[in-house]
Amino acid sequence: MIASLSVLVKSQKVIVICSLMLCTLLFISAFAPWLAPNDPTLVNFAHKLQGPSLNYPLGTDHLGRCTFSRILFGARVSLGFATLIFISSLTIGLIIGLIAGYKGGWVDQLLMRFADGVMAFPDLLLVLGLVGIWGAGLKQVVLALIFVQWVYYARVIRGVVLSLKEQNYITAAKISGSSQWKIMKKHIIPNVLPPLAVIGTLEMGWAIMHLSSMSFLGLGVQPPIPEWGAMIHEGKSYIRTDPLLMVYPGLMIMLVVVTFNLLGESLSERFGIKRR
Amino acid sequence: MSLLQVIEVSHSYNSKKLFKSKDTSNKVLHNISFSIEEGTCLGLLGTSGAGKSTLGKVILGIQRPQQGQVLFQGYDIYNADKITKSKIRRDLQVVFQDSYSSVNPRMTAERIISEPLENYEKLTLIEKRKTVISLLERVGLNEKDLKKYPNQFSGGQLQRINIARAIALKPKLIVLDESVSSLDMVTQALILELLSELKDDFGLSYLFITHDIKAAFSISDKIGVLEKGELIERYDSKDQFFKSQHPAIKRMRDSILAEHPRDRSINRNSSLT
Repeated sequence: MIASLSVLVKSQKVIVICSLMLCTLLFISAFAPWLAPNDPTLVNFAHKLQGPSLNYPLGTDHLGRCTFSRILFGARVSLGFATLIFISSLTIGLIIGLIAGYKGGWVDQLLMRFADGVMAFPDLLLVLGLVGIWGAGLKQVVLALIFVQWVYYARVIRGVVLSLKEQNYITAAKISGSSQWKIMKKHIIPNVLPPLAVIGTLEMGWAIMHLSSMSFLGLGVQPPIPEWGAMIHEGKSYIRTDPLLMVYPGLMIMLVVVTFNLLGESLSERFGIKRR
Repeated sequence: MSLLQVIEVSHSYNSKKLFKSKDTSNKVLHNISFSIEEGTCLGLLGTSGAGKSTLGKVILGIQRPQQGQVLFQGYDIYNADKITKSKIRRDLQVVFQDSYSSVNPRMTAERIISEPLENYEKLTLIEKRKTVISLLERVGLNEKDLKKYPNQFSGGQLQRINIARAIALKPKLIVLDESVSSLDMVTQALILELLSELKDDFGLSYLFITHDIKAAFSISDKIGVLEKGELIERYDSKDQFFKSQHPAIKRMRDSILAEHPRDRSINRNSSLT
């Protein structure tokens, strides 16, 4: 057990390190209320823009709120909503990709041309446009990001299903009397999952970054909820006197996105799956 | 009544193009009629691209032909009602050429073989396992192979698993679509032996699709030759095949290598030109 574990660590260094990092982040966001030394939304002008101290490990912001606590709680918002976006767009993409790939014909044409239409726009531009129509707010931004993201899942899944459909074992299953639904459940979905895990990891990083950029622009998470992008936005007025207010959340975003991307890249290398 | 009757089946693959109205259809089968009697094996010989596999698919009920009928025990398999269709489905099984792509790489041998059983028979877990084990033993494997994945088997063993899956429901007709063509000579002989044993034990009928003349003759009772989508000749015995004067058959016959190199004539290609 331990021997095989050490082999795994040696052969898949990047995957193991990134997974550990992600576990730590998940732990932090899950237990933020117990880990944080202060209330992240408690305004205290007496302590505003302080440097690091025992009470405030990373100092305070312009409203005297504890930066460290806000970063911990921010992990919750960023990871939580990124996961929501990830799961929703994955579900939509999976269903549409399966239908398009399996049914083929005009159904496939219709769905995929629509997906092409969505993909033709630059991601961020489309999100900005949709948020512009629906109005600023976390709910709208999440919906817009889901709307932009499902197409990538759908595309990849459709491709996998198309190649699976030609396999003899699908024909053999049909001849064994398996219904369409059974074939989907037993033969197609289990074979679609590995590439899905890889794209999912890569797209998580994308979702976190875009959610933060929307919040930075003031369109996503609204104050006083702590979120990394919004924290950079709030800190930017103090860039001359307290640049660290921007650096901490910026570093966190970078850390998370880099972790997800590295993990996704090494997973896709490991399983030989191309992105997009 | 014959077990299977194929009546004037024609089929062509249309390459549908959005901006092309010109008919680019490609005729694969042309007016094919034959029948298979219960308990016999019909060998279907043909070169690559002769339409053998398409004919196999048509008979299996997964490729509706554009013209013609396929009758199984007197029922038209493409126009039967749902219950009859599912009955026919049960009696009509297949073993493909490529044993590796015929099984889901993520399933164990047990799950592969129990798939048809789950669809048609309501067995308890223990009964199912027992049935699978007896099927495995019937095709020359054993209980130890139950939990193995396809990549742990050799091509011949995997083909045995495919055969076990095909006979799981005790079908009446099995379409052997180049089933032994990708195996080595020794394994081929063993599998052919197994197939003819099974034929006698279960009273099976086979449609043996192949390009291998020797394999075809070793197992078939009757032989049909398919050339460019047409069933050109039919024989009841080996001698008839070797006496035939049809140019396509001459070509086939000449392509058989003699057992000893001494007997292989240098200009045997002359008949090709």
